Amino acid sequence: MSIFYPVHLLAEWLTYSVFRVAADTTLAGAVNFFIFDTLKIFILLAVIIFVVSVIRSFLPPEKIRYILSHKNKYTGNMIASVLGIITPFCSCSAIPLFLGFVQAGVPLGTTFSFLVASPMINEVALVLLLGMFGWRIALIYIVSGLIIAILSGVIIGRMKVENLVESFVYQNSVNAAADLPRMRWPNRIAYARDYTLDIIKKVWPYILIGIGVGAWIHGYVPADFLARYAGADKWYAVPLAVLIGIPLYSNAAGIIPLVGALTEKGVAMGTTLAFMMAVTALSLPEFMILKRVMKTRLILIFAGIVGAGILFSGYLFNWLL
Amino acid sequence: MDKTIEVIGSGCPTCKKFYEIAAKAAQEMDLDIKVEYVADVRRIAQMGLMRSPALAINGKPVLVGFTPDMEKIKKAIRDNLQL
Repeated sequence: MSIFYPVHLLAEWLTYSVFRVAADTTLAGAVNFFIFDTLKIFILLAVIIFVVSVIRSFLPPEKIRYILSHKNKYTGNMIASVLGIITPFCSCSAIPLFLGFVQAGVPLGTTFSFLVASPMINEVALVLLLGMFGWRIALIYIVSGLIIAILSGVIIGRMKVENLVESFVYQNSVNAAADLPRMRWPNRIAYARDYTLDIIKKVWPYILIGIGVGAWIHGYVPADFLARYAGADKWYAVPLAVLIGIPLYSNAAGIIPLVGALTEKGVAMGTTLAFMMAVTALSLPEFMILKRVMKTRLILIFAGIVGAGILFSGYLFNWLL
Repeated sequence: MDKTIEVIGSGCPTCKKFYEIAAKAAQEMDLDIKVEYVADVRRIAQMGLMRSPALAINGKPVLVGFTPDMEKIKKAIRDNLQL
């Protein structure tokens, strides 16, 4: 992470020269860690969210719907999952997206691939993973997330569960051809800037608290303290992490920095990845919202398949890494 | 025709916040139209919305996606109600 060397210097200067924390103490370690991580994460957030927002300005949901309504099954699942990466992480849009896709004739399986990938692989999670664990783990997260999204969609598509979608959904059909106003570059930049500021405004307190608690753990909790409870050899760690992750969605931004510190104290990497996937992809509030457009059974099928994929990834990476 | 201002959402916290801002905007503009909060997903389906929350004036969506900007909301109301 050499590009963060200047940030590292700045953190040291702030810790030792500005705040005058005595060097080589536990407090100094924690303060330095907190400042460095905070600066690094916020720089990454600003840059990556901005870039993703600019890309997104080329792909509004109407356009994604148009693309997906013209793809056959498997290609559709793959493209839906990839496009899910750049869409924002907000359960508010789950329903309109679901309705909009299905009504325009996008197959149900393809729609589910998108619904899995969209919250699971989002730019905030990506930034935090990149900042906490480096590009290798971030890449592993993206690739396993994509595979889970594609497979879940393919399986749900094969199950022929159209009858488990509320019938009113099929009563309105819309034309997928979107006639959208063309955006010019200044609009794209303004959109990306506003969106970036909006997200940072929304998540910064959670991130600060997460990094703060993480810094405390980093400084005060003995190394390998958690290995006894959540090391790679503990079979129950992965399912437990997934269960804990389900109700935590709204605080995803604060949980990831915390998880960085937990890994350092002995929680296995696969367990950590499974936990983060559960936090982002299996969201209780989102399930409650989705109940208004589909039957509970379909939500359970959806959660079951995605959950199984997450458990599998957790065990796989505990074994591999 | 009756003039209507609706905020249509899927019931998420962001949607409620959008409704509050829109209601405040209408109040500050001294409108005698009440802003309605519609959390019925059928309405989303009917209008073919792909993002929520949305601001609809006289049944036509004019602002789609979350806009925390009070001035933008006021302008959208002004332009579309032909005040």
